[in-house]
Amino acid sequence: MSEEEQVVIHGLVCPRPLAHDETVVLGHGSGGRMTFDLITKTFYPPFSNPTLLRGDDAAVVERPEEGKLAVSTDAHIVAPLFFPGGDIGRLSVAGTVNDLVCMGAQPLWLTASFILEEGLPLYVLQAALESMKSTAEEAGVQIIAGDTKVAERGKADGIFISTTGVGRIPPGRDVHGANAKVGDVVLVSGTLGDHGLAVLAARGELGFEAQIRSDVAPLHGLVEAIFAVSTDIHVLRDPTRGGLATTLNEIARQSGVCIEIEETMIPVDPSVEAACEMLGFDPLYVANEGKLVVIVGAGDADVVEAAMRDHPYGTGTKRIGVVCEAPERRVLMKTGIGGTRVVDVLSGELLPRIC
Amino acid sequence: MKYISEYRDADLVKKVIADIHSTATRDWVLMEICGGQTHAIVRHGLGQLLPAQIELVHGPGCPVCVTPLELIDKALAIAARPEVIFTSYGDMLRVPGSQRDLFSIRAEGGDVRVVYSPLDAIKIARENPEKQVVFFAIGFETTAPANAMSVVQAASLGLENFSLLVSHVRVPPAMHAILNSPHNRVQGFLAAGHVCAVMGYWEYPPIAQTYKVPIVVTGFEPLDIARGILETVKLLEVDRYEVTNAYSRAVTRAGNQAAQQVIDRVFEPCDRKWRGIGMIPESGWRLRPEYARFDAEQLFDVEAIQAEESPLCIAGEILQGLKKPHHCEAFGNPCTPENPLGATMVSTEGACAAYYRYGRLEHPA
Repeated sequence: MSEEEQVVIHGLVCPRPLAHDETVVLGHGSGGRMTFDLITKTFYPPFSNPTLLRGDDAAVVERPEEGKLAVSTDAHIVAPLFFPGGDIGRLSVAGTVNDLVCMGAQPLWLTASFILEEGLPLYVLQAALESMKSTAEEAGVQIIAGDTKVAERGKADGIFISTTGVGRIPPGRDVHGANAKVGDVVLVSGTLGDHGLAVLAARGELGFEAQIRSDVAPLHGLVEAIFAVSTDIHVLRDPTRGGLATTLNEIARQSGVCIEIEETMIPVDPSVEAACEMLGFDPLYVANEGKLVVIVGAGDADVVEAAMRDHPYGTGTKRIGVVCEAPERRVLMKTGIGGTRVVDVLSGELLPRIC
Repeated sequence: MKYISEYRDADLVKKVIADIHSTATRDWVLMEICGGQTHAIVRHGLGQLLPAQIELVHGPGCPVCVTPLELIDKALAIAARPEVIFTSYGDMLRVPGSQRDLFSIRAEGGDVRVVYSPLDAIKIARENPEKQVVFFAIGFETTAPANAMSVVQAASLGLENFSLLVSHVRVPPAMHAILNSPHNRVQGFLAAGHVCAVMGYWEYPPIAQTYKVPIVVTGFEPLDIARGILETVKLLEVDRYEVTNAYSRAVTRAGNQAAQQVIDRVFEPCDRKWRGIGMIPESGWRLRPEYARFDAEQLFDVEAIQAEESPLCIAGEILQGLKKPHHCEAFGNPCTPENPLGATMVSTEGACAAYYRYGRLEHPA
């Protein structure tokens, strides 16, 4: 062995642990230093606000001066995590914000709890958090508390995000599912089924390429535009899983009324319609994440429709039906060819048909 | 949507409906063969627009509905095996076997996957050489060509971990069975357009002549169905028992010959049990002996499994056009799409599901 090749040992050293700053590992959920690092380096920068940065066990906030509080919680899982038009981060903020605004609330705060899968690249998490940040900014909410757990590889699917939201309902607003009245007009803010089909297409399961973008969006602005022109809003709902059909059935049941819609007035994007035809899906049952169903007193229907159309998330607003007396707790549809049929709730999972 | 909305045009449909009203002078009972047509009729409310003289009865053409119970039980037994990836069209997952469905097998840890084509199952087999990939090959003449093609592909790829659980059925023998029944009421048929797109309609003239029934090849949109009804009624009114084509944009007399050839290469006719109806001679297809190594029934030794239908379910009478879904005492209670007693309540093409989902206004549960 030549002199140059001799290994010189300067003393015993411990192998330095890897920093694991590229991938989520189980240690990130240990509650120790790695968890602290993950929180301060990855979660704090996008969500920075004084309440969160205090780092206490619970966020402490001032009570709004007037109005009631609305609270809603929602868990979000989606595969793939990123899809045309959105991602799990935007979904996790918009989903809870939309549940709040459908009660007439102005969203104030969100908390978020994350279940991360061991092995998740950190840049993926960061991209989802950036998207949460921008969606939260758009919706005017602060993320004031959070939690992270890490699940063993294979026991979670990348990122699961559960968010809880708190909002303030200004005095005078009274919207809820049991509030639809005979004679009311039913509006929907745009095309149906975009989100569900965009996610399916992004999974590569359709067997054909489709240019369909998810509609995922926070609807606080659209709702405020509606309250700005009317005090006669009776029901607001976002038709997510189960689609418009399931949402209208819930309202018909809660309010004890019949909702009659017209097939020819239902807005559906042509590519969504084509994909649904091929797969045997009905757009009435496909999920939306950025659409609003509005049930309004007939006298205000025109101004509300106009206000919705003026808002970027409501340009495709259509007047799709009316609230009638009978048969109670049913949704009916006048078909394009002049027949009438029942519109039922979605039963179980949406399944592609055989032929 | 182009090529769809034209056939849902209210004015055109109303014009044909008006022609049906002026043509029909007597009572006629017509059967639409295909479950897809049944759903279109109920979904678009077409039945409400027809004159009272025309009664539509719903045929056996729902592939999910007629797949025999014991075959579902065989599928469940195979899907539960740890070495198996069981692939199926989505509809079949919710169809109840004697005890459970494929959803429960999946929840218990079975690897059950929805595919859109048997060729997807081939892909899964190639990606998972350590697993046995089984495809649930059900359906009429419509799905048979793709299923046959998957066997041809598997053979040429030398795949040893791919097989089919076959329950193919054919329309013409079922028409014979319906028309031979002493209780038969059907006087004319709307033939299933998709089946005819594959098979043509050269098989039908002997049926039309033997049983004195007109048969009109019919599509699936409201205008197609209205035209099919009008053609059938016109033939009935003048006692002509012919086969005509009201779906010429998709169907020719000879059909898709390449598809017929691949079916013939892989499958041979066999007697087949239909759920709710029973054995119909020569009404099915099975794999030819030279493709026996792709036969999941033999591979997994499930041939001996037997099963009994729910005594409450009258799906058999419904599938033969003898009764309507709302005539069933179990319709809506306890039998619903969430808790189906028979397959006709499950599939998107099943008559009971169509009545339950769209038609409860006229036929309260």
